[in-house]
This record gives sequence, C-alpha cells and structure tokens, in this order.
Amino acid sequence: MSQDTEKRDRPWLMRTYSGHSSAKASNELYRTNLSRGQTGLSVAFDLPTQTGYDSDHPLARGEVGKVGVPINHIGDMEALFDQIPLGQMNTSMTINATAPWLLALYVAVAERQGVDPAQLQGTTQNDVLKEYLSRGTYIFPPAPSVRLTTDLIAYTVQNIPKWNPTNICSYHLQEAGATPTQELAYALSTATAILDAVQASGQIPPDRFTDVVGRISFFVNAGIRFVEETCKLRAFGRMWDTLTRERYGVTDEKQRRFRYGVQVNSLGLTESQPENNVQRIVLEMLSVTLSKNARARAIQLPAWNEALGLPRPWDQQWALRMQQVLALETDLLEYGDLLDGSPVVEAKVQALIDGAHEEMARVEAHGGMVACIDNGYVKRELVQSHTRRMRSIESGDLKIVGVNCYQESAESPLTAGEESGIMRVDERAERDQIASLQAFRDTRDNSQVQQALQALRDAASDGSNIMPPSIQCARVGVTTGEWSEVLREVFGEYRAPTGIDISPVEGSDSDALEGVRNRVRRTGEELGRPLRLLIGKPGLDGHSNGAEQIAVKGRDAGFEIVYEGIRLTPAQIARAAQEEGVHLIGLSVLSGSHLELVEDINRELDRIGATGIPLVIGGIIPEEDARQLQQQGLKAVFTPKDVDMNTIMNTMVTIIREANGLEPAA
Amino acid sequence: MNAPDTDSTAALAAAIAAADRAAIAQALNLLDDRRPVAREQAAALLGLLQRDQDRAGGHLIGITGPPGAGKSTLSAALIRVWRRRGLRVAVLAVDPSSPLSGGALLGDRLRMQTSAEDDGVFVRSLSNRGQFGGLSAEVWPMSVVMLAGFDIVLIETVGVGQREVDVSRLCDTTCYVAQPGSGDSVQFLKAGILEVPHILVVNKADMGAVATRTLSELSSALKRTHPDGDWQVPVLATSAASDDGVEALADALEQHYQLLLSQQRLSQRRRHYQSYWLHKRLLEEFGSFGIERLGGEQQLLAQIESQPMNLYHQYQTLRQRLYTAFHDINS
Ligand code: B12
Ligand SMILES: Nc1nc2c(ncn2[C@@H]2O[C@H](COP(=O)(O)OP(=O)(O)O)[C@@H](O)[C@H]2O)c(=O)[nH]1
Ligand SMILES: [Mg+2]
Repeated sequence: MSQDTEKRDRPWLMRTYSGHSSAKASNELYRTNLSRGQTGLSVAFDLPTQTGYDSDHPLARGEVGKVGVPINHIGDMEALFDQIPLGQMNTSMTINATAPWLLALYVAVAERQGVDPAQLQGTTQNDVLKEYLSRGTYIFPPAPSVRLTTDLIAYTVQNIPKWNPTNICSYHLQEAGATPTQELAYALSTATAILDAVQASGQIPPDRFTDVVGRISFFVNAGIRFVEETCKLRAFGRMWDTLTRERYGVTDEKQRRFRYGVQVNSLGLTESQPENNVQRIVLEMLSVTLSKNARARAIQLPAWNEALGLPRPWDQQWALRMQQVLALETDLLEYGDLLDGSPVVEAKVQALIDGAHEEMARVEAHGGMVACIDNGYVKRELVQSHTRRMRSIESGDLKIVGVNCYQESAESPLTAGEESGIMRVDERAERDQIASLQAFRDTRDNSQVQQALQALRDAASDGSNIMPPSIQCARVGVTTGEWSEVLREVFGEYRAPTGIDISPVEGSDSDALEGVRNRVRRTGEELGRPLRLLIGKPGLDGHSNGAEQIAVKGRDAGFEIVYEGIRLTPAQIARAAQEEGVHLIGLSVLSGSHLELVEDINRELDRIGATGIPLVIGGIIPEEDARQLQQQGLKAVFTPKDVDMNTIMNTMVTIIREANGLEPAA
Repeated sequence: MNAPDTDSTAALAAAIAAADRAAIAQALNLLDDRRPVAREQAAALLGLLQRDQDRAGGHLIGITGPPGAGKSTLSAALIRVWRRRGLRVAVLAVDPSSPLSGGALLGDRLRMQTSAEDDGVFVRSLSNRGQFGGLSAEVWPMSVVMLAGFDIVLIETVGVGQREVDVSRLCDTTCYVAQPGSGDSVQFLKAGILEVPHILVVNKADMGAVATRTLSELSSALKRTHPDGDWQVPVLATSAASDDGVEALADALEQHYQLLLSQQRLSQRRRHYQSYWLHKRLLEEFGSFGIERLGGEQQLLAQIESQPMNLYHQYQTLRQRLYTAFHDINS
C-alpha cells in the first residue's frame, strides 16, 4: 500500500443538488448535510420560482415545492438559510431567468444576518440561452434576457467579487441530444455572446474586463462514451485558453483556466433494469476525473433511480458514496496527468476542436448565438442530433443494455419496496406554502412595495442596472411573482422555436415505419381526412425531448402534428385541440404534476364542448398513478420504458380507430 | 348515398352564425372531410350559410410571402390591433406538408399564440397536402364558414412565385410580406412573376439599413397602381417584433376594404373568385372527367358566373348531376 497522503491531490467538491417542499424543510435538509461535512450548498428551486410565479398563481398548481424549494419573498429566503451563516457558505443556485431576483434576496438576507454582501461566495447559474435550447425556464425574449444576465455579471464583478455570476452550461445541451462537438461549439459560442454583451454594455471599465472573463465558469456533461468525453474536456480547456487570449487579450493564465463543474449524463439512464445506471454513472464520473489537467472542480451525480422519479436521501447518499470511493479509495489522485502525450487522445482532441470550430462558424453565419435562439438554428440542430440518437436505439446500432439488448432480467429487489423506489413530496406542502404567502403579504408596507416596484420598472425601461432596485424590492417584501410581473410588462414574454421542423434524418425509413405509415394513411382515408395529433406540454414542465421526438416521429409516420412548445395552460391545450380538430391529444409530462394537469385539461375540454377526443399521456408516471389516470379515462400511459416509437405510433392509431368506431386492429 | 341530416345541418349553420366555437370547429372538420356523405352535408351547410356574406360580411385577407419573412408574427401583431379595435378574427394558417409521408408539422400557431380566454380569435392550421405552392380546395369553404362567424378572416400562406396565385384568387385583399435583404421579391416583381398584391410590406424594419434598402428597391420596382384600378399599392415598413407600423398596416387593409365596399366591388370580386374555387373544388372531387361531363372548364365557369347569387346551391346541383351521371354509367 503506497498511500502517500502528502502527494495526493485534493479531491473535487462533492455536491448534492437538493431542495423540496418548503424553505423550512429544505433548511433542515441542508443543515443535516452540512453537519455531516458537506462544504457547499446546491439549491434546487421549484418551477414556479424559476419561471417567476408566486406559489398561488394558477400556473403554479401542482408544482409548488415539487422539484425544488419554493421561494416567494425574503421571508422564505431567510427561512432557507436559517442558522446557516452566509458569510462562510458557498452556495450554488440553479437559477436563470429570475437569477437577479434570487441573488437580490440572497444579498438582502445577508444584510439581515449582518454579513457584508461583498464577502458572499457562490454561483448563480444565470445562463439563459440554454434555457431556450433545452432547460425551458426562460421568461422574456432573448435580448432583454441577455441584458439581465449582463447586469448581474457587471454588478457582482464590482460588488461581490468572489461570486461566480454565470455558469455557462453545456450540460443541458447534451441532455437535449447534443453531440460532444455541439456541446463544445454552443457552450463556447454562448460564453463569447455573453462576454461580448457585457463588454458592449459599457458597465465594466476596459481595464477590469479580464476580471469578468476570469469569473466565467462552466457546467458540463459527461456521457457514457467516456474516452471521447475525457477528450472533450481536454478540448474545452484548450479552446477556452485560446479564445480568452486571442479574443479578449487575457494574459493572466489563471484567468484563462477552464473552470468547470459536472453533473454526469442522465439522458442515458434507464427505467428498465435501473441498477445498471450505477455502472453508467461511475464510468461517466471517470471521464471528468481521469485527466488531471482537465479535472472537474465540482461533481454532482444522479441517482440509480433517475428515470423512475425523484431520489430519496438514501439514493442520493449512494451517489455521493460513488464519488467518495473514487476519490478516497482509488489511487487516481496520486498521479499527474495520465493522458498527456497519448497520440490517440491527442488526435481525438484535435478532431473535436476542429469540428467545434466549424460549428461555431456556422453559428456565426446564422447571426451569432443570440440570433440563433430566435431563428431556431441551434434548436433544430439539437433536435436533429437527438432524433439520430433515437433512430439508432430503435435500429439497435446504439446498444443500451437492458433496453434494446439483454432485456430479460430476474425480478429486482430495488423497486419492490412499498414506495416503489422514489421520493414522494408531501401534498400539503403546496397548501401550506400558499397560506404562508398570503399571510406574508398582509404584513408588508404596501407603499414601500409599490415604490420599490416603480424603481424596478424605471430601471428595466431606462437600461440602468437591474440589481440595485431588485435588492431594494427584496428588502421591502416584494414577491417573486411581483418582481417578474413588472419585468414581463416591460420586456414582454417569449415562446421559443421548437426545433421540430427538421427534415427526416437518414435511416428513418424501416419496414416497421412503412407499416405504421400505411395504417395512418388508411385510417385517415376511412375518417375522411388526414389524422391529426396534438402534442401538449401543460404546466411549467420544460422537459421537451419526449414531445419533440413524438412530434418528429409522428410527422414521419404521416400524422399532421400540432405542437406549440412547452408551458401551455390546460385552457390553451383544450382550445387548440378544438380549433385544430385533432383526432387525439397526447400530453407529455415529466415534472410529476400529471394528476393535477390531466384533471384540469379534462375539465377545460368539457367546459368548451370539445368532448370525445381521446387522450394519452407520456412521461415520468409512476405505475400507481398510471392506473389512476387510466381510470380517469386516459387511453394509454407511456413511460421511458416504451422505447419503440413505432409501437407507440401504432398504439395511437389503434386508439383513434377505436374512438371512431373503426375495427381497432385493422 | 345517405342523405345528410337536414335538421342537424340547419342547427349547425345557426350555431355558426351565432359564432359558437364548438360549432365552427365541427364545421371545419366537416369541410375537411372527403368522404362523400360529408361532402354532401358540407354542400348543404354552405348553401345554408349563404346569406348576404358577399356584400356586408367580413373582410377576407390573404397574407403571403417567402418562408421566414415574419408572416405569422405579423399576423399575431395584427390580431392584437384588431382585437383592440373590437374586431373578431379567424385565421387559416397553411403550412407545407412532408411530401414523403403526407405528415406535416403545423407550426404557425406557435407564433400566433393568443390568449386562451379570448373568444374573439380562432386559429386553424391546414397543411397544403401536396398542393405545392397552391392551396388545397378545403381553404375556400373553410373561409366561408369563418366569414360567417368573424369580422376578419386572415389566410396565411407561403408564396414566392407564379404558382402562388391561389391566395390572391380567394381573398378580398392580398398583402405580400417581403424579407429584408433578400433580392428575390424584387426580382419576382420586376419580372412580373409575382402577382401584384394590394399591399406590400417589408417586415423586420427593426433590422435597420437592410430593411430600408429593400423598401426602396421594392418601391421603385413596383408600378404603384394596382391592375384592379383605382388602388395605389402602398409599400409599408413594419416590425412585428416591436409592433411598429402594424397599426398603419391595419389601416391600409381597412382602406382597401372600404374601397371595395364603396365601389360595390366586393361582391363582384367574390363571385368571380368563387367560381374559380368552385371549379377547383369540383376538379379535385371529380377529376377532369367530371369537369368534361359538365361541359368543360370554359362552359362551366361561364355557367357558374351567370348565376352568381347562388354559388353554393349551384355547387350542390352540380355535384348532384355528377353523381347521377356516374351512377348511370355504373348501372
Ligand atoms: C433530459 C432530462 C432533463 C433535461 C431536459 C432537456 C429537454 N429539453 O427535454 C434537462 C437537463 C434540461 C432537465 C432539467 C430538469 N429536470 Co430533468 N430529466 C431529464 C431526464 C434525464 C431524461 C428525460 C428525457 O428527455 N428522456 C428522453 C425522452 C425521449 O424520453 P421521455 O420524455 O420519457 O419520452 C418517452 C416516453 O416517456 C414517451 N413519451 C413522453 N412524452 C410523450 C408524449 C406522447 C404524446 C407520447 C405518445 C409518448 C410520450 O415516449 C418517449 C419515447 O420513449 C429525466 C430522467 C430520465 N432518465 O428519464 C430527468 C427528470 C425528468 N428531470 C427531473 C427534474 C426534477 C428536472 C428539473 C426540474 C430539476 C430542477 N429542480 O431544476 C430541471 C428543470 C426542467 C424544467 N424546466 O422543467 C426529474 C423529474 C422528477 C419527477 N417527475 O418526479 C427527472 C425524472 C429526474 C429525477 N429523477 O429527478 N432534465
Ligand atoms: N427582427 C425581427 N424578426 C422578426 C420580425 N417578425 C418576425 N421575425 C422573426 O422572423 C422569424 C420568422 O417568423 P415567422 O412569423 O415564423 O415567419 P413566416 O414563416 O413568414 O410565418 C422568426 O424568428 C421571428 O421571430 C420582426 O419584425 N423583426
Ligand atoms: Mg408562418
């Protein structure tokens, strides 16, 4: 045993992304984790907080406290950090469209704790461009969103110097189907778009601009092709070094370093034989730790039950232990870089760099990253890549153990338990949160609130930095919904391109597809007009992959597809179904709010007299809920286990035939 | 052949006239339905809906231009203006379909995103179902149903060249939306390939110099007087993104409509165009063989136009004649 502790590198930061139910419950969770030696916090906010709605907004129904903690006002934020000294904490907040607001609340709480805001340390994700492309929690059009991003950066660089104002994310792009080349290209194009915008805003004196460059950090993904992924991280480092030197003239090597955190790939984690996810996660972790010169600063891992639902504390602990075993038991941290000088690695790195440069040039040709949001170029490229991935899973070219090969399995003891292996959020959380919000509103000085909101409106319109009036809003008890509403009025709201308008990808044609196509055509003829399918994403859920893939496949199978993107109200979906005369409504819900949303949509359909249209749903739906939904009249429930898209299409045709009195099997 | 249920057809017509949204949706489904029974009922419905629509009724507007010019975004901006003016609006958005599979992604709706609470707006998408550059024959009867329930009916369709005359042969007013910086529109206009619209719009005025240049190129390429006579074609700049110029566009559309009304040309126009569509629809339903049975295209068009007040009734009678004829052949 040659464990020379002297020479061992310090391990990366190990984080657990968490938050749920309420500020109080999450605070207890954080304090437990801290008392067990965790050094930093990683806060997950619920979807209403991320999209700028108070917990009692109609769009928040079913979402409050579900996938993160609800924060409505300074009272909630204070409760979240109760007995946690912010002066000594390193807090990472996954927050984007409302990032200036959550940072304002954090600053205001620090003031109340008597901590000098200049001492605060932590990260706001604050990368809104990838929200339009993948993550879905955008609010405003691209231009004002970028302005808010730059305001936060400019403010922290000058007032909270140790803060990481933005974490450029390629993580979410891979989760939406991006190839390693695309991850490199789009993340770096985003970083330059944001840095250019900060420079153009004139808020930073030219001689301090390299400080801004030095504060940019990245949030990266690592998939199962772990050799290529290691090379990708090396490519990232090299490209960022060149780019910061050549484009921004950064001379200090430290400021050119590619600082990144990681969450490993979750898209490839399966519902079938979920125990296999453990080895996937471990291999993926290897890719971001193996090469010392391209090692992650912080890592958070998903849990084995990722595709089943939210993880329980034990599941998260298991994921944390994987990191600890690698860092503490293996000899990985005892060596220098293992890959330097390998010609194989070098060739791969160079190929990735070349490919990324080509793609970055294409982005430039389409007007740059910000323009590419609205003209849909990048989103279409992502949907295209994801479609290719899905086709090769279907054809078996891409092997996924337990999914398209070696499917047979002994019964798993992991999912046999009573709670079917996932965490359930207490249903009372939403009611309690709403009651406490309403009580909070009564305690405020309304004239102060109005005054602060007016100052916010003025700053939004006249272009002065949004942070100071936001901090004032935080102090006097403005709510998340009020802050966002003012900005919605000034900036307007936005709906991003869906990217589904792509040509059929190569290899789409197969005998199975031809079979479905014939059935779709024939059934359309029997019913007098082409079959129409509405794909609806109700609620605040931003998971669009499934809906996009069903849309593209449906089009290829001959359906006429109506799909308006994410975040529609039940009323909008019901109305579109009626106006467009669709034969079937297919909902896609991965946020966990399926029960409430289906109930609301059924009610809306009844209200407007759009009855008799069959409904199916797909997404993360626990078995027990699936049964309940079928009792409520849903014709089919699809989950990640249903990987054969041709079968899904066939089932939908059968349901349409049945609903219209045709021989179902024909 | 089953006779359509006359009672329910009458009830449907009444509900449409009362702007019942569920009824309008049901009628659109019916008009889309190519089964003979449905066609029968559709003809009956259209007959019932023929009131004084061609004189008083709503304004049928065509908005066309190259893909990506901003037609859908501009339509959304126009809808906002019209709603503020208290006008009820229906849209028929025609998207290209995938020729291989017959499937289609109907994407215009996304850009038009209207409030789910506003009963004064109704959007229906339609794929052009292989009718490249043209409009499928369903568009015409659908616009008739929409005119019965709304003040303005807007038809959005992709159009860049000669084969896109369909939309201008359907609408009271045609508006062409050009893309700044693209020379195509100018070239087409100069070469006479582009049907002269009633209003020419350069959208994306917020793009600055490129837009201004395209605006002036188009202005000089265009003969200002419309072939219809009496109408000076305005060349307008809009920004659907910021709503700039959209009020002025709505005003120009309204002016053209008023002109048609004041010269009592609206009904004449509609009759003329509708005989074109009636012929097109019969051709789609019964093929050229059917048209020959009715005496050939020229004679048919002459015959339709000679009894212009009774278009839908004629439609019904002509179909009936053809069915009888086919029946005779078969038996
Ligand atoms: C990819 C992913 C993301 C991507 C989404 C990218 C995108 N644009 O879609 C990113 C990284 C952005 C993301 C973010 C978040 N995610 Co996420 N994500 C996933 C993940 C890993 C895969 C989902 C996926 O895309 N699968 C691929 C598609 C093709 O499969 P699918 O949608 O299941 O569709 C299949 C079937 O279900 C069915 N189907 C689906 N819809 C429909 C519709 C119709 C009509 C039909 C017929 C069939 C059908 O057919 C498809 C074919 O097989 C899942 C876990 C997992 N492995 O499933 C978590 C998961 C869904 N995410 C989760 C969470 C919590 C989040 C966040 C809310 C975290 C946070 N607190 O901020 C954020 C915010 C997202 C938001 N705005 O809503 C949770 C949801 C928990 C729950 N339901 O209880 C999950 C389950 C992970 C977990 N265990 O915690 N996520
Ligand atoms: N800058 C700018 N972009 C616009 C404007 N109108 C539309 N667009 C953008 O142009 C693209 C195409 O718009 P869309 O309405 O779908 O065009 P259509 O194909 O003609 O219907 C989208 O990215 C719109 O956001 C405008 O006035 N200014
Ligand atoms: Mg359009």
